[in-house]
Amino acid sequence: MTLLSVLGVVSSAVFSGTSLLYTTLGEICGQRSGIVNLGLEGVLLVSASAGFAVTDLTGSPYMGVLVAALVGGLMNMILGYLTITRGANQLASGLALMFFGFGLSAWIGRAYVGARITGLPRFALPGLSELPILYSSLFQFDLLIYLSVPVAILVWWVLFRTRWGLGVRAVGESADTAFASGRNPRLIRYQALFVGGLLAGLGAAHLSIAYAMNWTEYMTAGRGFIAVALVIFSKWHPIRAIAGALLFSGAVAFQLLLQSSGIQVSPFLLDTIPYLVTIVVLVAWGGTRRHSAPASLGRVYQGSE
Amino acid sequence: MPIASPLGAASHPMISLRGISKAFPGVVANDGIDLDIHQSEIHAILGENGAGKSTLMKILYGFYRADSGRIFLDGRPFSVHSPSDALAAHVGMVFQDFTLIPAFSVAENIGLFLRDLSPVISLKDVGRRIQEISSRYTLAVDPGARVSELSIGEQQKVEILKLLISDARLLILDEPTRVLAPHEVEALLGTLKSLRADGYAIVLITHKLREVLGCADRITVLRHGRVSGSLLRKDADETRLLKLMFGKELPRLEFGGRAPVEANLPALELRGVSTTAEGAETALKNVDLRIYPGEIVGVAGVSGSGQRELADLILGIKACASGSKFMFGEQVTRDSVRSLRDRGVCFVPENPLVMASVPFMSVLENMALTRTRRYARLGGLRFDWHAVNEDFLQSSSALGFSLPTHALARSLSGGNLQRMVIVRETAHLPRLMIASYLTRGLDAQSTIAARSALLRARENGAGVLLISEDLEELFTVSDRIVVLRGGCIVASSKPDETDVFRVGHLMTGSEQQDAASA
Amino acid sequence: MQPRPDPANRAKSIGARAISGLLRYGSMTIMAFLLFGVILLISGNSPIGSYSDLFSSTLGSARGFSEVLVAMTPMLLTALAVALPSRIGLINVGVEGQLYMGACFATWGALTLSELPSWILLPAMALLGMIGGALWALVPGVLRARGLVNETITTLLLNPVAPMIVSFFVFGYWRSPMDTNKTANFAPSARLPTFFDTRVDLSLVVGLVLLGLFWFVMKSTRWGLEMRAIGGNPQAAVRNGIPYRTYVISVLCLGGAVAGLAGMAQVSGFYGVLLANFSRGTGFMGFLISWLAGGNPFGIVVTSFAVAIITSGGNMLQLTRDLPYAVINILLAFTLFVVLARPQLYPRRKAA
Repeated sequence: MTLLSVLGVVSSAVFSGTSLLYTTLGEICGQRSGIVNLGLEGVLLVSASAGFAVTDLTGSPYMGVLVAALVGGLMNMILGYLTITRGANQLASGLALMFFGFGLSAWIGRAYVGARITGLPRFALPGLSELPILYSSLFQFDLLIYLSVPVAILVWWVLFRTRWGLGVRAVGESADTAFASGRNPRLIRYQALFVGGLLAGLGAAHLSIAYAMNWTEYMTAGRGFIAVALVIFSKWHPIRAIAGALLFSGAVAFQLLLQSSGIQVSPFLLDTIPYLVTIVVLVAWGGTRRHSAPASLGRVYQGSE
Repeated sequence: MPIASPLGAASHPMISLRGISKAFPGVVANDGIDLDIHQSEIHAILGENGAGKSTLMKILYGFYRADSGRIFLDGRPFSVHSPSDALAAHVGMVFQDFTLIPAFSVAENIGLFLRDLSPVISLKDVGRRIQEISSRYTLAVDPGARVSELSIGEQQKVEILKLLISDARLLILDEPTRVLAPHEVEALLGTLKSLRADGYAIVLITHKLREVLGCADRITVLRHGRVSGSLLRKDADETRLLKLMFGKELPRLEFGGRAPVEANLPALELRGVSTTAEGAETALKNVDLRIYPGEIVGVAGVSGSGQRELADLILGIKACASGSKFMFGEQVTRDSVRSLRDRGVCFVPENPLVMASVPFMSVLENMALTRTRRYARLGGLRFDWHAVNEDFLQSSSALGFSLPTHALARSLSGGNLQRMVIVRETAHLPRLMIASYLTRGLDAQSTIAARSALLRARENGAGVLLISEDLEELFTVSDRIVVLRGGCIVASSKPDETDVFRVGHLMTGSEQQDAASA
Repeated sequence: MQPRPDPANRAKSIGARAISGLLRYGSMTIMAFLLFGVILLISGNSPIGSYSDLFSSTLGSARGFSEVLVAMTPMLLTALAVALPSRIGLINVGVEGQLYMGACFATWGALTLSELPSWILLPAMALLGMIGGALWALVPGVLRARGLVNETITTLLLNPVAPMIVSFFVFGYWRSPMDTNKTANFAPSARLPTFFDTRVDLSLVVGLVLLGLFWFVMKSTRWGLEMRAIGGNPQAAVRNGIPYRTYVISVLCLGGAVAGLAGMAQVSGFYGVLLANFSRGTGFMGFLISWLAGGNPFGIVVTSFAVAIITSGGNMLQLTRDLPYAVINILLAFTLFVVLARPQLYPRRKAA
């Protein structure tokens, strides 16, 4: 286990974890306002396929990223319309959105299976390029990766240091109280969902445009659900989500590391660890009664919202 | 201190309500109400439960829309469609259930309601502004504290601060003293008086005569949704107010002799019982309690002293962390709710819709819930509804109630629902009855019916535990009163050996001298 | 004061409600089909032609109809796996995972006990499948009974773990020499018998019987009454002496068992082999069906049938219209959206 291989694991985790981080940040925004999106998988797929298609059509990965973000916001608006304006059950609406995403992404992407695009350009930060090639090649990241941590900090700042963020959190704790303070809880939820969708779209864009640079059906491979788990694991806090995303996506890379040291562990079993750890951690923190979930989410999980 | 109550035509009202009416499905809450609220005045709105007081004020605050009628602000017509309109008009309201977010700090909660909060918030600034106002009116509280960690009295202070900082000039307080102990009530009334001196208009919604007579300048009495009288303090006294509230003499409860049977075996005995507290609960500490058959033991205490936990413990929902529980001498410490019920324990709670009945099930189905095994046939494959019906009719006629068996529970009024629960719980001659705030929120008739049922149970030999926030009720009905504070029983005596104020002090643990009675 | 409704009136009102329900569903479905027609148009297909293909291939022939039944069968079971816990207010979104575990355990039985005759082997596999699914619901049930974590979260988190475990075995110990992502084909004794010449297998009957049993238990038995009480007001049920924790654990595990049975039926009846990632949302589809039907067994049958028509029609679209199979999910989703968006037309009973 050399320094190189450890750095390789870190680099790999950063690459695969970036889309997860953006997605999680987006879901944190939505859940902080009291809406659970079980259809994230569908949102990601549609954003990824749309972004990929646009990149292929225009030749510009930046256009693709932009479109993917907007599409993500729009997909979340569907969830918003169903749950906020129509008062439909959040879990069922989310799942319906997921199926919608399965279908729509397959339809959008059908002409682009196997297409090759120029992804987001990768570069090393100035100073790092001084290192020997072996090391610096591990740290050639694209723009979205570099922006991921600043964006996480930005999300934290918006949620905890601005008036709008206070309103979002208030709606997530108690829509009645937010209403009594003169706010419009419905509007705020729409706004939070849209922002969340933009972020999720960025995550999807990174997956299809910067990381994998191709399109296949179901390519998100459960990231939407991983994000929901990660939101819980990071206690709805954007900064903790950074560590969580690294941990969760490090599992696969970790497996490669173990392999190179001669230890054979099935990648499938390693992939289960993040989920099991989340459950253990939930119990260890004293369960859902004590941890810092936004109060109105409890009613979603009880089915009484 | 001179009471600044403007009387003449010189000062016009700050807010006027004319002809306000509001009906909900099945009930007319407000019927053509006229009301004037002046500056520098404490205006009490008096009425018993269900008279329409809260509804009226919620209309003023924008929570409800009146069906008809007009509101005038400083003489000009004023339409309010939402709380933000009300806040813009400097009208603020403190509800019975506080609109505070437990997970937020005091500063965040108050900041939420600040209309001039900057887009990028600085909690320090908010804290500073809080401290400016709180020191002026003895409402001291730590801006950085999490609301979930504050006591109820402190939370109420935050609520009032919220209104003051948002520049409210009319403060509406809905039953503010319901959850306070006597000396905390004095402190609150003191704060209100200093606010009044600074020109604030205060509306106090309450049904407590003593407070009204203690601080109000003007009193409006509501009954059945209408104004039954409006008078100045100097024209008001207890009898007159009672007459306006009830229209006739309040029927008194008839009691038989009060001679409890001190049998050898107590119906319930708790020895050194302690529990662990989870979340917002209060832990019971080393509780010793005995309830004999034919005895009513009243439990007095400030809200949150462990009453719920005590009731849950006796019923078997909460486990004893240490100590033991006996019924008629037998160990029942680890028994489940079901087996305790089989032994004769029954439970009548407040809020029957939430705590004791299944709303969408019929009255008959609800009746069967406590004894499902008894009515099951063929090992559970069939159910004997005929037997359930018979037991139901027997129990309700013994109590003098008449209830529709096939109506859904949620369609019943609060009073009828409580009657249904009482019918069920007393159906099989319980040996131990736990009554927890059973008359809370009930109208006068239902309150009397519920208390009669308690007395009947006692006559039939049951031991009764009565938990109540109404000291008057406890003193009238109980054979013995125990005081619960912070999870411990701090006193136990007969009603004639003590008085309301002493109990009140024991409830809060204050060493204050008795204030001279009004 | 309400008089007891007399039988004639009740029959009439049930009939009236059924008809108005069908009308509601009908109009919603038409709306969804119209929306999907737009998608078809954009991809250069004639909606009318596509829809006529869809219906003729599913309802127009005996073979097509049998395929609809085949698609419907797993939905019946997965919907029941959700409906049962929903009666006591539990949300089981983990059917996907329970399905996989049931399939996994049943496959173990098929591979190791393949010597046994099928009249012993099949019930054994069914039992194994139920055990697998029940085990997967056990931890969520216990955690919920203790008030620690909501089962919504735990069942959701355990969902992705099960297919990974299955993949572990499929690519590992049970690896077949011929295909990389499957086990060896099941022996004939491990296959569920089918009817006539179709692919409809015994699990359809099992599903219908179980749904009927579910209806009977909820309506007439003591357990049904207690479950409805818990579902209607858990707090009151506890205070009335109903053993809440026992019900939470056993009912959730029972739901898991039914899901596991569905998994067994998939590998033993439909596929005949354990395939990695064989389920693309079957469990979630069950959740949606149960939710649409309000947890009502008759509604589940009707809704499953309707959804099955759509999904098996999707195969035809793939063949004739050159649209990937997954696109049919759009039609499905539109139907769901339309139902979700009209709460006042569809009165939902919480846990009746």
